[in-house]
Amino acid sequence: MKILYPFVAVLGLIVIATIGSRAGMEPLFGIVFPYLAILIFLGGFINKVVGWAKSPVPFRIPTTCGQANSLPWIEQACFDNPSTSFGVTVRMFLEVFLFRSLFRNTQADVYDGPKLRYGSSKYLWLFGLLFHYSFLVIVLRHIRLFADPIPFFVKILEFFDGFLQIGLPHLYQSDLVIVGAILLLLLRRMLLTNVRYISLPADYFPLFLILAIALSGMTMRYLTRADVVNIKQLAVGLATFKPVIVGDLGAVFYVHLFLVCALLVYFPFSKLMHLGGVFMSPTRNLANNSRMVRHINPWNDPNLKPHSYASYEDEFRTFMVEAGIPVDKELPAETPAAE
Amino acid sequence: MANKKVDELGVSVAREPSLMTGAIPTQDWWDIPAVFKPGNYCYPGKPEMVAYHSKSLPGKFGEPRVWDIESDDWKLPENWKEIIINGFKERLDKFRSLKIFMDCCVRCGACADKCHFFLGTGDPKNMPVLRAELMRSIYRNEFTKAGKILGKLAGAREMTFGVLKEWFMYFYQCTECRRCSVFCPYGIDTAEITMIARELLHLVGVNTNWILEPAANSNRTGNHMGLQPHTLKENAEYLCDDIESITGIRITPSWNRKGAEVLFITPSADLFADPGIYTFMGYLLLFEHIGLDYTLSTYASEGGNFGLFTNNELMKRLNAKMYAEAKRLGVKWILGGECGHMWRVLHQYMDTMNGPADFLQVPKSPITGTVFENAASTKMVHISEFTADLIRHGKLKIDPSRNNHRRVTFHDSCNPSRAMGLLEEPRQILKSVVNNFYEMPENTIREYTFCCGSGTGLNTGEIMDLRMRAGLPRANAVQFVKDKHDVNTLSCVCAIDRATLTNLVDFWVPGTQVCGVSELVGNALIMDGEKERESGLRFEPLEGMEG
Repeated sequence: MKILYPFVAVLGLIVIATIGSRAGMEPLFGIVFPYLAILIFLGGFINKVVGWAKSPVPFRIPTTCGQANSLPWIEQACFDNPSTSFGVTVRMFLEVFLFRSLFRNTQADVYDGPKLRYGSSKYLWLFGLLFHYSFLVIVLRHIRLFADPIPFFVKILEFFDGFLQIGLPHLYQSDLVIVGAILLLLLRRMLLTNVRYISLPADYFPLFLILAIALSGMTMRYLTRADVVNIKQLAVGLATFKPVIVGDLGAVFYVHLFLVCALLVYFPFSKLMHLGGVFMSPTRNLANNSRMVRHINPWNDPNLKPHSYASYEDEFRTFMVEAGIPVDKELPAETPAAE
Repeated sequence: MANKKVDELGVSVAREPSLMTGAIPTQDWWDIPAVFKPGNYCYPGKPEMVAYHSKSLPGKFGEPRVWDIESDDWKLPENWKEIIINGFKERLDKFRSLKIFMDCCVRCGACADKCHFFLGTGDPKNMPVLRAELMRSIYRNEFTKAGKILGKLAGAREMTFGVLKEWFMYFYQCTECRRCSVFCPYGIDTAEITMIARELLHLVGVNTNWILEPAANSNRTGNHMGLQPHTLKENAEYLCDDIESITGIRITPSWNRKGAEVLFITPSADLFADPGIYTFMGYLLLFEHIGLDYTLSTYASEGGNFGLFTNNELMKRLNAKMYAEAKRLGVKWILGGECGHMWRVLHQYMDTMNGPADFLQVPKSPITGTVFENAASTKMVHISEFTADLIRHGKLKIDPSRNNHRRVTFHDSCNPSRAMGLLEEPRQILKSVVNNFYEMPENTIREYTFCCGSGTGLNTGEIMDLRMRAGLPRANAVQFVKDKHDVNTLSCVCAIDRATLTNLVDFWVPGTQVCGVSELVGNALIMDGEKERESGLRFEPLEGMEG
């Protein structure tokens, strides 16, 4: 169920786009949905991030992953346990761009004894990195469709992405890598007992969806040879708010575009928001300097006081005096018995 | 001790079907109910304890009552769901961490086998990701559009009594050690989630006595043990008697003395419980050795803070005594003893909650002149930082051969390592005061250290099997260095560890002793005017003095 439902959902989206675009609803699928999707994506994304930002960070709680800033002769792990904003910036860079924490991954096994062993396990890091970077490259490459003239960095990117010069048009490595990485991530999710057990439909859906997006895009480039000129006209039109659809762009194109719209709409309401969250996680983006600089909690209640020393002494004064522990108030002088 | 024999438990961990041994559960996790039976839960809070805390923090601890965890009637308030959901909402608005940790998990599984509870039990809900999903599923149902529309498909479920039972079971099988947080690509910290889940459970009066009673004691008498001022002083005097028999030196520490330079605060277990008492003797010898102008306090006689395991209000109240006492006594700065969760509170919460400590001065070692810039605002220094500085400047006369009967390894406690980064200081001390020091495997030390299995108020006898399972990864690493280097001493800088690791190694690695780093320091110190030492601080014969 956890796998089948999301799979069927993606198939359903494909069917809807195919039928819709063949039934004369091209403007709906080519113009209305993309605008709607972008609006929902932007609105949803901003709403989510603002929602997070509205809650304060009451305490400074970095997870320290190395030696702290301490005595001068003790070498600090400046980036795994940063105490300055520069250190934090580097830590965040390593986290966001190189998946530093995933790089630490190990796999534990239990043996008779009982004995535990922790083996290095970098493949999640590797698959994740391959997936995210190929996705990024593909998104950037798509700028060529929206911009005229094509920006130089997109051309450079395309050159390097296709530099193996296999086939015509040249095969982009990022296309191969993203499909491979998604399949590996899927296999991992389905085969590793731990991960299969924790997986929800919401974990399979984006993988199937992005896989379908990649495959439909590749179909257009390598098989059906979509009409790039007309597609670019629509894309530039969308970007300049003067969209026109010229000619038949083909069912595959509408499937591709509709799936992208689905991804955009789904994004802000799903776990995909880790894209925003990774920047705002208080265990990573704060400097470990809480004993050096006072961190302010906006809802700290100054009226919450400890059980006071005075009442403590009142309760235990006799014992304290007898034990020779100094007190603030002496015991009352023995009152002479009433005469 | 544990009900099961060591072989039995060992076979159970390695062989019995569990997610750790490769068996796949036949039911989805949300279909498996939490079943309480003797040995898998801590006893509930006594009504008088709940009533005591409710007096100072009304509404935070629920109704005092007698209730049976194994029954299906927990005598919850009628509107308990509403209380939980409102409490959840309130905390989402107060903690950005909670919102982000509820939203961002991609269930990549990197955390799954990082938890000592999972490694020892193989119970799927002890994977940090599922522990958090127990709460996330409710979050989605109540607070997200996707959850409200798609329900179960989006991983949402309704808050039920069954869920409450799960929360109580699994948020009391987490020791807030933060190991999972090291591996999480988004830094999702289960400790944060567990803390908030426990706060919510307290709102409806679902609690454990092992946490509430020490917290109540700490509030009233100043320490978890409930030691009254004269008893504290007496205990310290007994320990000074022992110091005198061993070294020939008489030490008389002062209590509640105004005008001392330094206020020293350590967990009360160090004054009371074996083997913490030897650590305490180590502190006293060190302070005597350097002639530190310090005082102890009976009012602030607890370094630890079981409030941390209940809610942030109680944590703040208990912690506030430290600054209050420092101010009353007019000391310049505060020195803190060896304790794990105590230092979580001191390092990451104290200044924020109870500062600014503008009545204190930036800590400066009166012996070496070192200014502890890293504590410039909080004005509280860790004993290991203080001692490492003394050693570095050659201010201590040390004979490490006095520890030659010990082959030592070091256990990084969760909080000093992952909520502070105190890794090198104790190691520098150890390398100076012992001749035989060996590290455990690298995946089990420093930021990767494994919990003793009994932190966050789980150090109670009624769940001993569970504790032995949870402590297995740590014990296993000790076994490794015992086999390889004949290690016989497990040193640490945590009072809970000193108590719980003792149980743990007695069970899994018999013949190992647990000690505080300061005990080894005290043992090695050559005191002015001392007699020839024949035994260590626990009256154990030194090398060459046996027989």
